[in-house]
Amino acid sequence: MITAPIANMTGKIETQTLEVSIGPQHPSTHGVFRMDVVLDGEIVRALKPVIGYLHRNHEQLAEKMAWLHSMPYTDRLDYFNSMTNNWAYALAVEKLAGIKVPERAEYIRVIMAELSRLQNHASAIGFLLQDCGAWGTPLLYAFREREKILDFFETVSGSRMMCNYLRFGGVRVDLDEPMLAMAREIVAKFPKFLDEFEKLMTTNEVVLARCQRVGILPKELAIAGSISGPVARASGVEYDLRKVDQYGVYGRFEFGVPVGPVGDVYDRYYIRVLEMREALKILQQALRDIPAGPAQAPEVKLRGFKIPAGDGYGRVEGPKGELGFYLVSDGGPKPYRYHVRPPSFINITVLEDMCLGHKVADAIIILGSIDIVLGEVDR
Amino acid sequence: MIPAIEQLCEAVRAAVPDAVLEIIPSTPAAAQPALLVDGAHVVAVAKYLRDDPSCRLDFCSCVTGVDYLAKGSIEVVYHLYSVALKHGPVVLKVRAPRDLDQCRVPSLTPVWRGCEFQEREAFDLYGVKFDGHPDLRRILMWDGFQDFPMRKDYVPPADYEWEPTPHDEVLKRAKAGGGIMPPSAAVEVKK
Amino acid sequence: MNYPGKGLVDGLAVTARNFVGSYFYTDRLTTVQYPEERVQTPENSRTFPFLVFDESPDKPRCTACKICEVECPPKCIYIVMDRDEKGKPRQQPKIFDIDISVCMQCQICVEVCPFESIKMDNDYEKSRYGRFNELMLRLPDLLKSNEYYRQIKPTEAAAVDAKLKAEAEAKAAKKAAAAAVAAAKAAASPPATPPPASPKPPEGSAA
Repeated sequence: MITAPIANMTGKIETQTLEVSIGPQHPSTHGVFRMDVVLDGEIVRALKPVIGYLHRNHEQLAEKMAWLHSMPYTDRLDYFNSMTNNWAYALAVEKLAGIKVPERAEYIRVIMAELSRLQNHASAIGFLLQDCGAWGTPLLYAFREREKILDFFETVSGSRMMCNYLRFGGVRVDLDEPMLAMAREIVAKFPKFLDEFEKLMTTNEVVLARCQRVGILPKELAIAGSISGPVARASGVEYDLRKVDQYGVYGRFEFGVPVGPVGDVYDRYYIRVLEMREALKILQQALRDIPAGPAQAPEVKLRGFKIPAGDGYGRVEGPKGELGFYLVSDGGPKPYRYHVRPPSFINITVLEDMCLGHKVADAIIILGSIDIVLGEVDR
Repeated sequence: MIPAIEQLCEAVRAAVPDAVLEIIPSTPAAAQPALLVDGAHVVAVAKYLRDDPSCRLDFCSCVTGVDYLAKGSIEVVYHLYSVALKHGPVVLKVRAPRDLDQCRVPSLTPVWRGCEFQEREAFDLYGVKFDGHPDLRRILMWDGFQDFPMRKDYVPPADYEWEPTPHDEVLKRAKAGGGIMPPSAAVEVKK
Repeated sequence: MNYPGKGLVDGLAVTARNFVGSYFYTDRLTTVQYPEERVQTPENSRTFPFLVFDESPDKPRCTACKICEVECPPKCIYIVMDRDEKGKPRQQPKIFDIDISVCMQCQICVEVCPFESIKMDNDYEKSRYGRFNELMLRLPDLLKSNEYYRQIKPTEAAAVDAKLKAEAEAKAAKKAAAAAVAAAKAAASPPATPPPASPKPPEGSAA
């Protein structure tokens, strides 16, 4: 409120902070996500994320269904990377039940997970650039490449995104030669797209001006806040589950783990580009070395599958961070407790810390750089 | 490497003398035994585990609430890893009675910031109150929601309107006269 | 050579290359003018289930065993077995409803069916005007012939046909072997004494 007499007398203008609700219906909030921000002009003074708009009660549903029946529901958690979600759940169950996965199935899982990582990072960067204001151009270039990967998923599993492809002890359908040739072609053409994509954005002055020194996440806060994935690695935390846990056959592949210096939005963008290049390296090695053999462990039953009583936690390095499943079994055909540890849910713990002092437009791109997906946040 | 659970238990007992500790085994295949700590000392144990140079468990990966209806308690399970030393997991468990007035445990958010949202979720879905949490309110359910949905004795409201392929409890309720059923299912009911 | 604005100029070069290239190369212009032209979906593509019959719709392969109903995760299948006049089950479904607004196309019903009778269709144009009754597929909507299955999924249908044929042949061989054994037994034992089928004393023997 500008009151003219007082302003003239003292030179001070009275202002007020404004509480704005950004979302839940908003083109840039990556889903139904609401942020209550307290603004002083354009500067963010406080920010509280409000979630739960997409809560579908996945964990309680899983307690009423058999172990296998939750597998299609895990596709819908992080709906961009259904292969990774399936793998995290299958890994947790196999850990709990002590099932050994044949080697060919492990290689197939790695191929699917890395292809999933490629298409996730491509669309994440595309969406981040769209939040910055580039109206769909990088997004649709990324989607053009992503279509090839989704077509491959459709050829293999029947569905583009909700693949329901992994089973306990292996994969549902084996890859034959034409499918492997399709995967090799995707991997061969991807670097050209990535070079063009980078040329469009990495040295672009607009991207640099908007994204550098915005939303810095300090390394200690990243570790204390349980941040994982590219967001943590951009802040200097060298922690990649593929190297630390070496689940599956990741121990056999040579690839690097890029780590960022500063932890601002630009680092989070660039680290995804570098991770795409590393994923291509893993894919080339996996497609070259894939052995022959069965695609599923024969002793796992489809119906009436039971796990001995106990609890266990299995986790994988998803493209958005550490995706873990905590399962408690009472020896029966249904889980007693089924909990998903979603990376996006935990990564938004520090959203407020990153946004304080920045403008509203920066808050939007900081949210975009964390790369959340609401299916995972709300389950 | 993280020491075996027995050595870890001894080390914790040496550091926090009054703590009541118990080792809970898990399936032989998973090999993730848990350390059950009593509520009064869990913050001290957590700080020890975070700061001790041989453990350095600075990354709290997952916080879960589990409702053991038969045992009459709700358990909060913390999975801890170390980014500095790249080992883990160490599983901490805290128990609280199911009775809503007494269902409280100390919050570990002052020790690991990442527990903040997950403890809010455990409160929202199980009714466990975390003492010392900076902002304990519902996170997934809407404000004003009563009751705690993930508890094993939660009864969902009978507010469905159309169930074309009813099964199990919904079929029982539909046959008893609530809700609409499609013609083909109604044929079966009439029989 | 670095000059101020080089990043922007490089970016403009990329977009110009894409724009001009879209007139000449289809991998730059990937738009398909739907519905006049449609993309051919891969063979394995799946949308909603359907029931297969071999000769006529009156004899589907489905025996109403209800395994798919039990294993369906969102419980979208509802089956009632057909019974004849005396109330004896006829091993065929009388009612088979699938609510495709609930079905999540997970394909678990196909995996668990022991009779190869439920398979996944690949028709994705399922928009309807009504919200309740029209997204409910009943038995007549679901029954499609094996010819249709061979047409949409040739490799899979060929494998299923081969498997069913092998099963039928094995069954026939077993039956023939059992009949041969019974015939051999009947030929070997003396034909005069009828086998004692009832507690009554056989004809001809002294009471």
